[in-house]
Amino acid sequence: MPVLPGSRPQPTPRTQAAFRRRARLLPVVPAVLLLLVFLAGPVLWAFHASFTNAALTGRNARNPGWVGLENYQRLFTDPVLPLSLGLTVLFVGGSAILGQNLLGLTIAVLMRQARKPVAAAVGTAVVAAWVLPEIVAAFAAYAYFSRDGTLNQLLGWLGLGQPDWLYAFPMVAIMLANVWRGTAFSMLVYRAALDDVPADVTEAALMDGAGAWQRLAFITLPMIRGSIATNLMLITLQTLAVFTLVWVMTAGGPSNASTTLPVLAYVEAFKFGDIGYGTAVASVLILIGAAFGAAYVRLLRQGKP
Amino acid sequence: MRRRALSVTSLIAAAALALCACSPAAPADQAKTLKVVYQKTDSFAALDDLFKSAKAEFEAANAGVTVELQPIQANDDDYGTKLALALRSASTAPDVFYEDTFKVRSDADAGYLLKLDGHLAEWKDWDTFDDAAKAAGLGDDGGTYAVPLGTDTRAIWYNKKVLAAAGVNLPWEPKTWQDILDTARKIKASDPTVVPFNMYAGKATGEGTVMQSFYELLYGTGDELYDADAKKWVVGSDGFTDSLAFLKTLYDEQLAVSPAEALDANVWKKVFGEWLPQGKMGATVEGSYSPSFWQKGGSYEWPEYGTDMGVAAFPTKDGQAPGGVSMSGGWTLAVGAGTKDPGLAFKFLGTALNQKNSLTFNIASSQIAVRGDVASDAGYQAANPFVKDVSELVSVTHYRPATADYPRISAAVQEATEAVITGAKSPEQAATDYDAAVAGIVGGDKTVRK
Repeated sequence: MPVLPGSRPQPTPRTQAAFRRRARLLPVVPAVLLLLVFLAGPVLWAFHASFTNAALTGRNARNPGWVGLENYQRLFTDPVLPLSLGLTVLFVGGSAILGQNLLGLTIAVLMRQARKPVAAAVGTAVVAAWVLPEIVAAFAAYAYFSRDGTLNQLLGWLGLGQPDWLYAFPMVAIMLANVWRGTAFSMLVYRAALDDVPADVTEAALMDGAGAWQRLAFITLPMIRGSIATNLMLITLQTLAVFTLVWVMTAGGPSNASTTLPVLAYVEAFKFGDIGYGTAVASVLILIGAAFGAAYVRLLRQGKP
Repeated sequence: MRRRALSVTSLIAAAALALCACSPAAPADQAKTLKVVYQKTDSFAALDDLFKSAKAEFEAANAGVTVELQPIQANDDDYGTKLALALRSASTAPDVFYEDTFKVRSDADAGYLLKLDGHLAEWKDWDTFDDAAKAAGLGDDGGTYAVPLGTDTRAIWYNKKVLAAAGVNLPWEPKTWQDILDTARKIKASDPTVVPFNMYAGKATGEGTVMQSFYELLYGTGDELYDADAKKWVVGSDGFTDSLAFLKTLYDEQLAVSPAEALDANVWKKVFGEWLPQGKMGATVEGSYSPSFWQKGGSYEWPEYGTDMGVAAFPTKDGQAPGGVSMSGGWTLAVGAGTKDPGLAFKFLGTALNQKNSLTFNIASSQIAVRGDVASDAGYQAANPFVKDVSELVSVTHYRPATADYPRISAAVQEATEAVITGAKSPEQAATDYDAAVAGIVGGDKTVRK
């Protein structure tokens, strides 16, 4: 449409505002595109692949076919799935929600009371495990828990029994390893949160005669509720996805005794070359993660006045 | 203005030229690259040496061709996965690569491998390969898709000193499973700190569990895993249960390593590197490539292995014919189906597998030669003291059923052995569960009860 000089419509304040609102979104476009391509893309691909019989090799690698819900039917009748689900819940609940979270909070609280050099030493030791790349941390944990490892040598000096941790108590070993590796994150989050608790509120409670436990339970924790929910969400999702640690330490064994969902998905997709089935397991994992995420986001909303 | 037009034109021309140079349609005399993918580990550098020498030879003979070597540092399982992932996309697929014999059929089926029949017909060296080895490269359609580098067999490797100390007559030649148990118990009685007779079990050792342990037992009972004529998987056989029961006896009586040690993926390193050289293990079932670990330059150098170790064929259950059992695998070289220049890729494969390179590789990795002109070479025959013993086992050897379902079936077998040695299931129960697992994997109509 040719625009003639003079007939150009004057921008009304309303259209101007709408245009501005849209223009404001412009800088976000690249980020959204990147998210769509690199995050939503693989997730959608995984969902799609889980309805096919795509394989790494064999005839189905050339011409994967649509099999509908067959992979999911097989998955929900697979005796390994309930076991794997249970182990995943145990792993996340035990090592993240209880282990990392409570230990991180405890250390953060205690560090406020401790002398500077003690606090610095503890902080460094805890963060060191977090700084290590996952594969290095996994090998360190393997060396620590293995049959002739550091832990059993220490137990030997104390004259205690030396069980083969990775064989007899694989879940205990990988949970302890995950607590060791991940506690630093919770500790850092809680240290920052505790620093934001205004001193006058705590002092007022002190004046009212509240004990240390009461101050923690009724003043501090409610005030850092938002940080707790954020931290829980992040460590839950992180721990749900832990693969390297388990794979290096036990590879899911013995006899599937430590096969969490990520390990199961990997084994099915890459060891047995059944990509369709492996992505079905991964899709279940994504849904569980999404459910946790939604629950925490709700918790966060409720926390706000 | 004209000068500017000129410079713009020349710029476009230059850009077009540059683009041309890296497009696939480059003329034959321009630079070409062949991508070669293979496995390399700390304890397996022989292949790396082979390709380096082949690269030098090939680049000297073919001006303008660059051979790009891309070794993958991984164990067999992970190498297979990485290779399969690379083969899925034309942009990452290698031109020539190292391929396990038991994956040839399924990878040919997947369309990853180039059919080599036309090229092989013009390659005079092909006549020197023995027929059994040629069969390892066949696809389901009867075409040849891969050329073998070498093959292997499995045997009992025993430490003569340990057996002699227990009063066992040497050379040890067990005729039945009972002979193995008797000897193992004798060693145990004379020195309880020694592991008398180890056989792998469980999922941690992967294919090692089946190739170097379970199949020697199963194929020695007269039963088999797969009925190749009917193309069906065998379930419910007595041999399967008996084989599991034998493993159970070994582990229950502590004649093998502890179940916890068996389920460590690195157990084989201790067998080769510590227990056998240090006289802490009487015997184990291992591949003909064992000397490659102990010989000079190997990962666990052991100068006395030639005199301290002995080899015996693994016996059949009750000594029935043919009196011994062995399993064979081996690796091949294959050409990617999507290679831009099949002729050139095959030419490189031919260079890598010529007599000189095959000889060096077979000696360095203690492989059994598949080329007649290598097998008859004096240097090959003198490569280690056991070449003759392990080569003879080719007459009683078996191959894995290399179908696309095989990796899952193999995992089900490994799971059965793991359940039995850890005491989680009885041999009968584990065999029943295996039958159910097989039916679940291939479908009930693809199984046959024996």
